[in-house]
Amino acid sequence: MQTDAVGRAWREGVSVVVATSAYGLSFGALSIASGLDLWQTMVLSLLMFSGGSQFAFIGVIAAGGGIAGVASAGMLGLRNALYGMSMRRVVQPRPMLMPLAAHVTIDESTAVALAQSQPKAQRIGFWVTGVGIFVGWNLATLAGALLGDLLGDPKQWGLDAAAAAAFVGLLWPRLKARQAIAVAAASAALAAALLPVAPSGTPVILAAVVGVVVGLTNWFGPKHESDLADPGGPEHREGQHA
Amino acid sequence: MTLWHLILLASIAVLAIKLLGYAVPPRLFDQPRPRRTLELLTVSLLAGLVAVQTLGGGEGIVLDARIPAVLVAAGLFAVRAPFIVAVAAAAAVAALLRQFAGFS
Repeated sequence: MQTDAVGRAWREGVSVVVATSAYGLSFGALSIASGLDLWQTMVLSLLMFSGGSQFAFIGVIAAGGGIAGVASAGMLGLRNALYGMSMRRVVQPRPMLMPLAAHVTIDESTAVALAQSQPKAQRIGFWVTGVGIFVGWNLATLAGALLGDLLGDPKQWGLDAAAAAAFVGLLWPRLKARQAIAVAAASAALAAALLPVAPSGTPVILAAVVGVVVGLTNWFGPKHESDLADPGGPEHREGQHA
Repeated sequence: MTLWHLILLASIAVLAIKLLGYAVPPRLFDQPRPRRTLELLTVSLLAGLVAVQTLGGGEGIVLDARIPAVLVAAGLFAVRAPFIVAVAAAAAVAALLRQFAGFS
């Protein structure tokens, strides 16, 4: 029984590693298109290592925003703290390994760990997925950045549209509940309305007020809470990964 | 601030937030309201980024090949296409519309 569960954790972890690492390619290419050089791109994947925050940062930088890019990346990274709180109990890393565990605590490693039924399988799922994506994501980023250097004008290749599509992909698994859909629609509309009037990078941050207000007041919310900390929604558990 | 400063600042902030998750007492966020607020903050930021990346440009809103490209990607995500496939399709749609259909 135990070996079955452990084997499943390995298989799920590896499949998520392959799928997720692949889109490190698009991050590398888009980062170069946003005006970052190879080393700057690699520092983001090595040190920041959180897909949503990385895409947000280069997106805002490309639009001419400065410190707003830092704020966007930071706010998108807040959910990792929530994952860390539950992973600390699930993974129980030794003190020496704690910083490494924290660094690889992202949507995917949390989702794979939580999808396992036994404590040992949960730990294996977490480490296989987290460390595997760290290695794969960085290799793919490097390949994408080298490719991006060769491409020239990013618009000619539709890379600006790819950046927008990447955010659609990160958002999609979170749009299960009516409340989330309402928040997404209102935030997108507000950000678009602010585009002509607000300084570069700030429409996204101002639109985020919608999420905070609805979160605190629970407008459009369900009467009974389900587990809202489920990273990326049930799709992660069915082997379909963003 | 140079681009390098921004990159290091943002990277260290995101890393510090991860470490914080392992350091704070779990009870702090183990309630529906903070959990819901963090989740909806994420939804809100991502939706705002979709809008800005699809429509933003120059001085305000620019309508161009990104719109049909993003619609194609959304359709692909709706039928559970892999991330990289949908993103590549969006790039291809925009590139082809610009090359052959006179889109900007």
